[in-house]
Amino acid sequence: MLSNLNLRAAIISISFLIVVLGLWQMATAPQALVGGTQELTEYELMMGIGAQTSGIPAPSQVISHAISELSQPFYDAGPNDKGIGLQLLYSVGRVLAGFGLAVVIAIPLGFVIGMSPVLNKAFDPYIQVLKPISPLAWMPLALFIIKDSNTSAIFVIFICSIWPMLINTAFGVAAVRNDWLNVARTLELSKLRTAFTVILPAAAPTILTGMRISVGIAWLVIVAAEMLVGGTGIGYYVWNEWNNLDLASVIFAILMIGIVGMLLDGVLVQASRFVRYQD
Amino acid sequence: MTAHYLQIEDLARTFPQPGSKIPTTVFEGVNFSIEKGEFVCIIGHSGCGKSTILNVLAGLDHASAGHVIMDGKVIEGPSLDQGVIFQNHSLLPWLSTLHNVTFAVRARWPSWSRAQIREHSVRYLEMVGLESVLDRKPAQLSGGMRQRVGIARAFAIEPKLLLMDEPFGALDALTRGVIQEELLKIWARTHQTVFMITHDVDEAVLLADRVLLMTNGPNARVAESVLIDIPRPRERATLHEQSAYYPIRNHLVEFLVRRAKTLSIAARDTEIRHSPKIVNPVKTDPWPPRPAALHAR
Repeated sequence: MLSNLNLRAAIISISFLIVVLGLWQMATAPQALVGGTQELTEYELMMGIGAQTSGIPAPSQVISHAISELSQPFYDAGPNDKGIGLQLLYSVGRVLAGFGLAVVIAIPLGFVIGMSPVLNKAFDPYIQVLKPISPLAWMPLALFIIKDSNTSAIFVIFICSIWPMLINTAFGVAAVRNDWLNVARTLELSKLRTAFTVILPAAAPTILTGMRISVGIAWLVIVAAEMLVGGTGIGYYVWNEWNNLDLASVIFAILMIGIVGMLLDGVLVQASRFVRYQD
Repeated sequence: MTAHYLQIEDLARTFPQPGSKIPTTVFEGVNFSIEKGEFVCIIGHSGCGKSTILNVLAGLDHASAGHVIMDGKVIEGPSLDQGVIFQNHSLLPWLSTLHNVTFAVRARWPSWSRAQIREHSVRYLEMVGLESVLDRKPAQLSGGMRQRVGIARAFAIEPKLLLMDEPFGALDALTRGVIQEELLKIWARTHQTVFMITHDVDEAVLLADRVLLMTNGPNARVAESVLIDIPRPRERATLHEQSAYYPIRNHLVEFLVRRAKTLSIAARDTEIRHSPKIVNPVKTDPWPPRPAALHAR
């Protein structure tokens, strides 16, 4: 039954891909000229009406481009010509730096806020105001204060990934069952031991959910941030190829962003399996 | 005054009442004592404050008046001297059966070696018949097994006083019977001092040396201390064959059905310091009148 289900899902999945690629290929196929032998006016020539292909590359072109790019992903031929792998590594590096910094601050802070109803109330207004701010709105301020575009990009990642982790950690810690805390109290565990041996494992699944949301947002934001700061990274690559009007590269980069995002999420899904418990 | 192992003196608890300046008194003037190694059950209708009394003994709650003295010291907060078994098992779901117990044993004896902690924990898990499921998580155990892990954990830390708040309330009748016998066995081996809340008269008669009867709340009191004069070891299957069984059982049921309410009303008018009357149904009242309803057929 299960293999049957998988099989049917796979058939639908692949058919869908074939239909979409087919439609795309047809839509971008060179069109026969309407007038046939008629001369084109100068205006029509300028607008590219007579061109044999439309501006959007066909899937076959994107695939062949992808193969050539992926055959040497890490080449570096100057600032405007780097391999896709290298650009992705720059982006992942920034995401991990900003995200890591956010983990170091958000989880202990969330712990303290979650354990203390007073601090929870005290910090709540700030969190509610700061949370909805688009992380890119911080960019000018970051650039002015930090005076370094790379560090500013990391700061923007930091500021956008801190909120989901902070909120989830505080919520998870506050929601730890009273029974379990009473067990810790009757065993005379110190505050620190209670935090590490009871509260942390109890809240870990919620904390990891927060981390998953954060890393997802961070990966969304890095593309936009790198378009702004430029230099290196997958966001810069997309923008650069747009300026070159190389849409095959843009489409290829879009797919790569999706795949890397999926892998980042997958790592945290695996991690959350270690801390998950069934109640 | 003779020093008892556990002495509860003039305990009272009031709760502020919404919309009124006069707080509600759940219970007041509660006096009783428990000797070392004694198994005491407390029975009363819902709302008489049994759980609050237990929580005060555990140090998890505080009384509005009065105090609790155990082994010469006033109980002021939760400690390893008071073990608690809650109604809903309260095992840590991310730890295995064994680690739920070693977790507590390590807290009790921090200087013990790993092997010593394990050996001690396994011994107690064996006493409740769980040696074959040491590595399972609580979610993979049946409700009865989970409660047995809770029992093993509480006995393993060898507290001065073991408190049980309706430990079998959430279990079906068959499982409950099996675990009551497990509890009798482990208690017979350890002679732990136990204070237990129950709603089940038969359970109290099977397990306890003494049953405390509470009148209805508000202003509830401990009215009687009933001796369960049935020799040990007791067995569930043969308990009703004991000549003392029916007099005791009838006395308890009759109290709960009738006198819990009337005594409660009477007690509200008296301000005297109240000590429970010690009753031995076997000697004082060989065959008390059955409630009329039971006579009807």
